[in-house]
Amino acid sequence: MAEIQSVILYFTLFVTLFFEIFLLITYFEVREELKLEEKLLNKGISRYPSVSIVVPCFNEEKTVASTVESLLSLDYPQDKLSLILVDDGSSDGTWQVLKRYGGHPGIEIYTKENGGKTSVLNFALERIQTDLVGCLDADSFVDPGALKVIVPYFEDPEIMSVIPSIKVHQPKSVLQQMQKIEYSWGVFLRRMLSSIGALYVTPGPFSIFRRQVFSDLGGYRHAHHTEDMELAMRMQKNRYRIVNSHRAHVYTVAPAKLGALVKQRVRWTYGFLNNALDYREMFFKRQYGHIGIFILPIATLSVFATLLATGNMLWRIADKVSDWILKYQTVGFRFRLPDVSSFNWYFLNTGVISFITLSVIMLTLAILFLALRMANGRAEFSKALLYYLTLYVLIVPIWLAKAVFSTVFRRNITWR
Amino acid sequence: MDTRKYLITFLITATIFGTAVFTSNILSGKKLEDVRSIGNRVSLDILASEIQFALLEETSCQDIGPGFLSKELGPLGERIAYAENQGAGFSTADLASLKRSYFLLEIKDYLLMKRLTEKCAIEPTFILYFYTSEGRCRDCERIGHVLTTLRERHPELRVYSFDGSFDLEAIRTLQNIYKMENEAPAMVINGRPYYGFYSVEELESEVPAIALLAAQRAATLKMLEEEASATSTPQQR
Repeated sequence: MAEIQSVILYFTLFVTLFFEIFLLITYFEVREELKLEEKLLNKGISRYPSVSIVVPCFNEEKTVASTVESLLSLDYPQDKLSLILVDDGSSDGTWQVLKRYGGHPGIEIYTKENGGKTSVLNFALERIQTDLVGCLDADSFVDPGALKVIVPYFEDPEIMSVIPSIKVHQPKSVLQQMQKIEYSWGVFLRRMLSSIGALYVTPGPFSIFRRQVFSDLGGYRHAHHTEDMELAMRMQKNRYRIVNSHRAHVYTVAPAKLGALVKQRVRWTYGFLNNALDYREMFFKRQYGHIGIFILPIATLSVFATLLATGNMLWRIADKVSDWILKYQTVGFRFRLPDVSSFNWYFLNTGVISFITLSVIMLTLAILFLALRMANGRAEFSKALLYYLTLYVLIVPIWLAKAVFSTVFRRNITWR
Repeated sequence: MDTRKYLITFLITATIFGTAVFTSNILSGKKLEDVRSIGNRVSLDILASEIQFALLEETSCQDIGPGFLSKELGPLGERIAYAENQGAGFSTADLASLKRSYFLLEIKDYLLMKRLTEKCAIEPTFILYFYTSEGRCRDCERIGHVLTTLRERHPELRVYSFDGSFDLEAIRTLQNIYKMENEAPAMVINGRPYYGFYSVEELESEVPAIALLAAQRAATLKMLEEEASATSTPQQR
C-alpha cells in the first residue's frame, strides 16, 4: 500500500512539475507573440464588423443596469453594435429595469418564461444577424476599450472566437480579494492556453464568436450547467480556433460568501468533469493538438491529484494530532519553545519528495509572479495575495470533492 | 503539435528530478556518516570506560569522574529513531546495521554501568526498555513519553531502549536473563520486569529506585524554595 502511494505521489509531482515547466516555456514563446499582437492592435481596425451582445438576466435587478451602461460605454461605432437584453422570467424587478432601455436605439428587450441561461442564449441567437455575437452575464461589466482589442483578431479568418481577460469587480471581502489573485492566475493561464490552441472555456462574460460558429455547430446546450465549456470543447473538437485577447478586460462580481463561492465552483468543476467525460474521445489524440494530448488530461488529473494530496495532508495532520492527544493524555501539557541552539541539520527532511515539492512550490510562486505582472502590470505583495496563499489551498478541496462526488454518484447540481 | 517542446519539457523535468534524487542521496550519505561517526565515538568512549574500569582494580571509585559513561548514546539513539520514524533516506540494510550496532553499544554501556554500580555500591538508576517496531504499539508510544519525562526530571536516570522485535541474539539473551515474556512494552528496573503501561506517577511511587530519585528531587526543590524565600524576605530589625 505504501509503495502504491509512493508511486502515485512521485507520478503526481512529476506531472505537476512537467506542467509548470511547460507553462514557463510557453510564456517565453508568448512574449514574442505579444509583441506581434501589439503591432496588430496598433494598426487599428480597417472594417468594423457588426456585433450583437446578448445579456441574459435572471433576478439581476441590482446589477443589470450597470452591465448595460458598461456596454453602452463601449468604444465602438454605435451603428455596428446591438444589445439584446433578455429577461428569463425573473421574479424580481429585472424586467422593470430592462423596460427603461426599451426605446434606446440599438437595444432590443425581451422577456420570456424561465428556461435557464442556455434557453436565453438560443432564444437570442435566433434573432441575430450580425457578423459577431457575444454574451455578457448580467453581473459583469466591460472595459470601454474591450471590444476594440477583440475585433482585430477576427481579421484572421481562422479565428472563430476571442475570449477576454476576466477580473474581479471591486473586491471587498476576504474571499473576493482571494479570488482577485485567482483570476489574475486565470488571465495568465488563458493567455498561455490560447497560444497553444488549448482553451477549453469560452467564458460567459464577453466571449465573442463569429455567428458562423452557431450556424455550423448549432446553438448552446445545457451541458451540465456549463454551456460555455461545452461550446468551447465542441469548437475544439471541430478544430475551430479560439484565442484570448488578454488586453480586453471584463469585470465580474465574485461571490463574497463561502457558500456562494463553493456552489459556483462545484458547478464549474462538475461541468468540467462531465463535459470532459462527454468529449473523452479527444483525450490523448494527436489530431486535437495540445488540448487532446496534454491539457484536457492534465486538467482532469489535477482535480484528482489535488484531492489525493489533500487526503494525504489531512491524514498526516490527523496522525500528528492523535500523537499530541496521546502525549497529553500520558504526560499532560508540556509546551517547550524549540531550542534554536540545539538545531541540527540532521533533523531536516532531506528526502527526494521534499526537494521536488520545494521545486514545485518555487515554480508555482514564479508563475504567480508572472501572472500578477501580466494581469495587473506589476507584482507586489498584498493582503489579497496573503489570503490567496493561505486560504485558497484550504477551500479548493471542498468544491473539488463535492464535484467529484456528484459526478461519481450521478447527483445533479443546481445553478443557484 | 510541437513534439520538440514536450521533449524539452520532459528533459528539464527529468533533470530537476535527477538533481533532487542526487542531492537527497548526497545528504543521506552525510547523515549516515554523521550517525556512524557518533557510533564510533560512543564505541571509543565505552572502550575508554572499560579500560578505566579495569584500572579501578588498582584504584578507588572516587577516581571515576562525571564523564565516565558516554554522553553520546542519547543523541545516537535520537538520530536512529528519527531515521526509522521520519525517514532520513537510509536504506533498510543501513538502518538495520545502525540499529544493530546501537543496541550492542547500549548493552555494553549497560554492562559497564551494572559493574560500576556493583563495585562502587551506587544505587542503580537505569531502565531497560523493550518496545516493538512491528505494527503500531500505542502503549509503547505512551511509555516513550513517560520515559522522556522521567529523563527530564531525573537526568541521572539512564534508559536503554531495545526493539524487542529486532533480530539480535544479544537482545534475546538480555530478555532471557530477566525471564521476560514476549510482550511490549516491557521494562526491567532493578532486575524486576514490568509489563504494559505505567504513568510517571506510578513509576515514581511503585519503583523503589525511581521513588528514591523522586524523593531526592523533591528535597532539592524544597531546599531551593526555602533558600529563595529566605533571600527575598526583608530582614526584620
